[in-house]
Amino acid sequence: MNATSVALDRSGPVATMRIAGDITSSSEAELMAAYTQAVDGGAPAIVLDFRGLEYMNSGGIGLLVTLLVRAQRGGIRLLASGLSEHYREILALTRLDEAIEIHEDEAAAIAAVKV
Amino acid sequence: MTITDKIPPPAPAAHTTRDGAHWAKPVDRLSAQVVGAGVDSVTGKRVANPLQGFGQMWQKTFRVPLEGSTMSPQEVIVIWKERFATFWPKAGRFYAPLAGIVPGEVALLDISPMPGSPVTLSTGVMVIYADDESFTFISPQGHMFSGWITFSAYRDGDMTVAQVQALERTSDPFDELGLMFGGRRMMETFWRETLGNVARAMGTMEPAVVSEAVCVDKRRQWRQATNVRNSATLRSMRHMLTAPARWITGRS
Repeated sequence: MNATSVALDRSGPVATMRIAGDITSSSEAELMAAYTQAVDGGAPAIVLDFRGLEYMNSGGIGLLVTLLVRAQRGGIRLLASGLSEHYREILALTRLDEAIEIHEDEAAAIAAVKV
Repeated sequence: MTITDKIPPPAPAAHTTRDGAHWAKPVDRLSAQVVGAGVDSVTGKRVANPLQGFGQMWQKTFRVPLEGSTMSPQEVIVIWKERFATFWPKAGRFYAPLAGIVPGEVALLDISPMPGSPVTLSTGVMVIYADDESFTFISPQGHMFSGWITFSAYRDGDMTVAQVQALERTSDPFDELGLMFGGRRMMETFWRETLGNVARAMGTMEPAVVSEAVCVDKRRQWRQATNVRNSATLRSMRHMLTAPARWITGRS
């Protein structure tokens, strides 16, 4: 298992969480800390950049659901970018692609927010 | 010829993702292939994730330390997959897919939606994830819960622990009512008995199952109340109530 790392960037009103390594149920602290920091910083939209994602199990997809619930509750727009074909398929399999906006890359996601 | 010419072109990118083989491929509609089940109310349905249900979202965890067992988490999961149906309490029947518990397969099940209910709810699950330490089922439309449930085993110190963890919402207002009026206690008993049976099969004489429930979202999603049109509970009830008429008219 590789550790999860989440780096936070800010581009205008949009915060980007750059996720690298593995996402499992053990990743909760890292993901939620970055999300809380982004929200506390006043970001109305957050891009989850999955380019560095190496592994995700069913515990990891559960954490994405928790993030989506928090975002819906807080009125935060959540977008995804940099997903490989494999991870796009997982979001389609679980129908989470109906709950999160998926963009090819971070620039496209940020542009979608700014439109 | 340059040195570059001698190097073969790179092969198309192989599927090197470490979790690649563990996940099922996406499907638009489910298709069940099982033996022995009476009613297939799953084929043609879509899966339903925890965001698509009606009731409050809960993460429920049941775990049992396998005291006295020498089995590794991997050995526990091999047996759990192979004998999954035998670990279920009598309140339910699990019809395993022909290919076993592997990603992409669909199982059917019959369960009682409420304590003492004369109605048997026929529904199913799809295996969306399986590795050597866990496997996960997602529910189809019509199931009383929208979400998924993961069966896993892990090492805690020098002991193996077996765990069931669900992330789910009830699917519609009737299912939510059923949960409030006895269903919650029934599900708690169901998974406690299941884990107790797993533990005994692994060599634990007196299983001590512990549980924990965390409310992930306390809101009810009224826009999802229309899920009732797929309700397996109501369909099963209608099937039972119309049985005399079908018997008289000779229709099955």
